[in-house]
Formats: sequence, C-alpha cells, structure tokens
Amino acid sequence: MGRYIIRRTGAAIATLIAASIVIFAFIHLIPGDPVYVMLGDGATPEQVAALRQRLGLDEPVIAQYFIWAGNALQGDLGQSVFFETPVTQVIADGAETSILLALITMVWIIAFGIPVGVLAAIRQGKWVDQGLSGLAMLLASVPTFWVGLYLILIFAVGLGWFPSSGYPSIFEEGGLSNLRYLVLPSLALAAPNAALILRLTRASMLDVSREDYVRTARAKGIRPSRVVVRHILRNALLAVVSAFGFTFAALISEAVVTETVFALPGVGRTVVQSILRRDYPVIQGVILIIVCLYLVINLLVDLSYRMLDPRVELE
Amino acid sequence: MIDILRHWTRPIAARPLVSIGAAFLAVIVMFAIFAPWIAPFGPDEIDPVNRLLPPGDGHLMGTDHFGRDTFSRVVYGSRLALLIGVGVVAFALASGVPIGVLSALYPKLGTVLMRMVDVLMSFPSLLLALGLIVILGQGVFNAILAIGLIYLTTTARIVYGVALRLRAEPYVEAARSMGAGTWWVVTRHILPNMISPLMVQASFVFAFAQLGAAALDFLGLGAPPDVPSWGNMLAESRIYITRASWLLLWPGLMIVLTAFSLNLVGDWLRDRMDPRFREMVGK
Repeated sequence: MGRYIIRRTGAAIATLIAASIVIFAFIHLIPGDPVYVMLGDGATPEQVAALRQRLGLDEPVIAQYFIWAGNALQGDLGQSVFFETPVTQVIADGAETSILLALITMVWIIAFGIPVGVLAAIRQGKWVDQGLSGLAMLLASVPTFWVGLYLILIFAVGLGWFPSSGYPSIFEEGGLSNLRYLVLPSLALAAPNAALILRLTRASMLDVSREDYVRTARAKGIRPSRVVVRHILRNALLAVVSAFGFTFAALISEAVVTETVFALPGVGRTVVQSILRRDYPVIQGVILIIVCLYLVINLLVDLSYRMLDPRVELE
Repeated sequence: MIDILRHWTRPIAARPLVSIGAAFLAVIVMFAIFAPWIAPFGPDEIDPVNRLLPPGDGHLMGTDHFGRDTFSRVVYGSRLALLIGVGVVAFALASGVPIGVLSALYPKLGTVLMRMVDVLMSFPSLLLALGLIVILGQGVFNAILAIGLIYLTTTARIVYGVALRLRAEPYVEAARSMGAGTWWVVTRHILPNMISPLMVQASFVFAFAQLGAAALDFLGLGAPPDVPSWGNMLAESRIYITRASWLLLWPGLMIVLTAFSLNLVGDWLRDRMDPRFREMVGK
C-alpha cells in the first residue's frame, strides 16, 4: 500500500509538472506580442515595458518557466492585469461561491442519482427502468445553461421562490439564508451529472447483482431489500465513488457556464471574464489551481478506492 | 442490397425511440441541405415592425428582437450544428486514431504519447477548449479545433485500448508470422475491426460537440454573433426571457433533441457491437 501511494502520488506530480508547462506555454502561443494584446493599442511604451518586466517576459523562456513555477509553488501566481491585484486574491474572491456551488450540486447529484439508479436497477427491464434510463439520457443531452434559463423563468420570474442571479456571501447580511441564491444554479449544474451517476449506479448494481455472493445471500433466504442494500448497493457504490473525480471535473467545466447564466461571482465566471479582458495571468492561475485540485481529488479517489475495497488489485 | 437495408432497419424498428431519433437526425440533415427552400425568410432578414412576435400567423416560431423569423434561423442553424459535429468528429478521428494505433504498435512511443494524452485529460474539458480559444481566437473553425482537442484525448485512449487487444488477436499474429508488414496489419486487420467502436465513439462525440459548441456560443466565445447558430440564438434570447420566452424554447429544443437522438443512436450501436469492445467505448 505504501509503495502504491508513493507511485500514484509521483505520477500525479509528474502530470502536474507537465500540465504546468502546457499552462505556461499558453501565453507564448498567443499570436503577436501578449503584452500588446493585453494592454490594447493605446498603451504607451512605458506601460508596455513595465508589464513586460512584471511578467518576466524579458528573461529567456526556460528561465521564465522556472520563475513562474517557483513563484506558483510559493503561492504567488502573479498580478491580474485588469484588477491590479494578486491573482490569488482574484481566485480567493470567487472561491466561496464556487466551492459552495460544487458542494450543493454534489448533494443533489448523490440524493437523486444514487437512489434513482438503484430503483432503475431493481426494476431492470420494466417500464420504470426504461423511463428512468430514458430520462437520464435526456438529462445528459441538455445544455446546463438552457436548464438554468428555464429554472430562472419558472422559479425566479414566474413563482418568485428563489432569486434569479447573484450571490451575497454567507458571511454578509442574511447569513446562511443566502444559500437560496445557489439553489437554482446547483440544480441546473446537477442535471447532467446526476444523469451520469444514475446510469453508473444502475450499471454497477446490475454487475454486482450477478455475483456469486449475491446468489448465496438470496439462497440463504435473506430479505430481498436487505440483499439490495447490504450486498449489492454497498459493493456497487465503489464504482460510483471512483466516478466522483470525473464528476468533479465536469462540475468545474460546466460551472463556468452556470456561473455566467446566474451571474454568480465565482471562479468560473472570472475565467470567462478574464478571457474577454485578455487578463492572461488570471487565466493561467485559475487553470493551474483547477488542474491541481482535479489531480488531488483523483489521487484521493484512487487511494480511497483501494482502502474501501481491499480486493482492488494494485497495478 | 435490400437484405443489407433490412439488416440495418429491422433492429432499429424494434426500438421505436431509436427510430424516432434517427428520423429526427434525418430532418436536421434535410434542414441543413435545403435550408433556402424550407425557411420562409432569410436568416438575417430584419423586420423591425414585427419584433418579438409570438408564434403564430406567418411566423411559425415567432420573431426575435430584430424581427427575424425564428423558424428560418432554426433551420439555418442546423447547418452550423452539422458543420460543428462533422468537423469535431473528423478532427477527433483524424488525430486520435493515428495516435492510438501508433501507441499500441510501438510501446515506447506509446508511453510518451499516452502520457501526453493523460496531461491533456487532466484539464477539465471546457477549460481546455477555452484555453485554446484564447490562443486561436474566436470563430467557428477554432471552436471545432478547441472541442476536437477534448475528444482527441478520449478517442486516442479508446483506439489505444482496442488496438492493443487487436494486436494480440491470433489472426494478427498469424499475419505477422507470414511476414506481413506494419502497414498491412494496420490497414487490413486493425482499422477494419475498429470501425464499430469508432462509429459508437463518433456518435457520442457528435452529440457532445453540440453541447460544447452551444456552451461556447453562449459564452460569446464560439461562432460570431452574426452567424445563426442555436447557441447564439439562446444567448441573445436571454435578455428577452420574460417578454418572449418562446425564443428560448426552439433553439434549445433543437440542441437537446439533436444530442438526445445522437446519444440514442450511439447507445443502440454500442448494444450491437462486439461485446469485447463494449466496455471500452463509454461516455
């Protein structure tokens, strides 16, 4: 186990280093001089020189990478060209919204995807299963922003149950009741991902239900509901847990769109705005942090998978 | 010929939902080809007097904030939807297949290439596409490349897995032992056996390309605003959501039904596929 942890962590670090090179190279792949692109045509030569120096673009490319990566390791991701504040600050400002949005979305995904997946599996082939599987495929085919716009139309504009946009921090006036601002966005974000977990839970339940020990349990005369929960579901969930890393990546990707629809002050919306403002240090910083998070979560999922199920063969 | 047709149509007919999906896709193709004849108005024909008309007389799906006919724009939008889908699938296959096959045939090269694919896969998909849009700039062609890059990685992975299995098949070993070269093995044994997994992958990629392109359009980073695409139509309708909610319905419905139909067809193809490869082709 120890050796596995070391090897798996080493692979994650190697991937992170390679990804950081890609993220770093990105500013150099932009056609033209990135400094001019960022500052626009009206920039004075002094401004250009100052920004060039601040971004370290005067150094040789390889030295630039090591300076950038070295600074990043010390928590310095550079300065935002637009806000004139550290990139880490810009990210920290959006972090609360994005993290809470992801957490609430995960609650919906688990609360809907797993029980409904179980229901579809125990009614395999019946109309309930066919209906639910069709629903899952339909949900996976729906753009999150379209769902979001309809949720706004129905529950914010029509019924007035939830606010349609924005999010004041839970540390500000209103406290935890501000979470109501995240209800509609999280539902929109959950839709396609819950569909994925539903399909996965169903498939995994069906796989496990063909195992010998399930047949033995049934033969012993254990109540069917107990067989489903104790013998099938507990084992089927292992495969579902391993999909959470993937789900997390999908959440981040789609949050970019969802945060834009609901005008949430999250990291995703910051990325889109930074792209439109050509604020390259922020784009690089956000992508680096997200890739880091993604790799760490996948690492934890892999390791927990091994701990949850000792039968999993180590590579 | 009729037998071949029957071979394909009979199992489709057994699953009504798949037939409906396939029929819908045929309608989209018709829309794209015959747009000028089907659409009653030009996609950019402005009519300020008839702004934001609800669906009804003369305008089947109503009009937008410039008085343009929504139905005509939906019909013309299918052209871009097909272009994006075909473009992304072509890019993903043209890049993913050689990478996957070469990696399977030459293990040392494969280690390097698959590591590179892993690195690209460590980026959440839409962020990877957005990063490429930043480098390349906005536009239809660049959107195809950006979304194609996402599916290059998954396609290369699947092709690699399938090719590794095929390489170990007895008939491939037999061909090799009779002196067949790499080119022969690839073109005669590996690629032909890969067609069904690739068809399944292509239909899923086509479906998700629609959703990806719509997201890029919606963020204002995809097709230019003057191009009638379903994503652009949704992005524009957002402002009029309370006054003209029907503008939201039609383009969104087209995206959903296209992606749903492709997913249905993809699932159906997968069920008909060689069981050995079924697990490898996922979503």
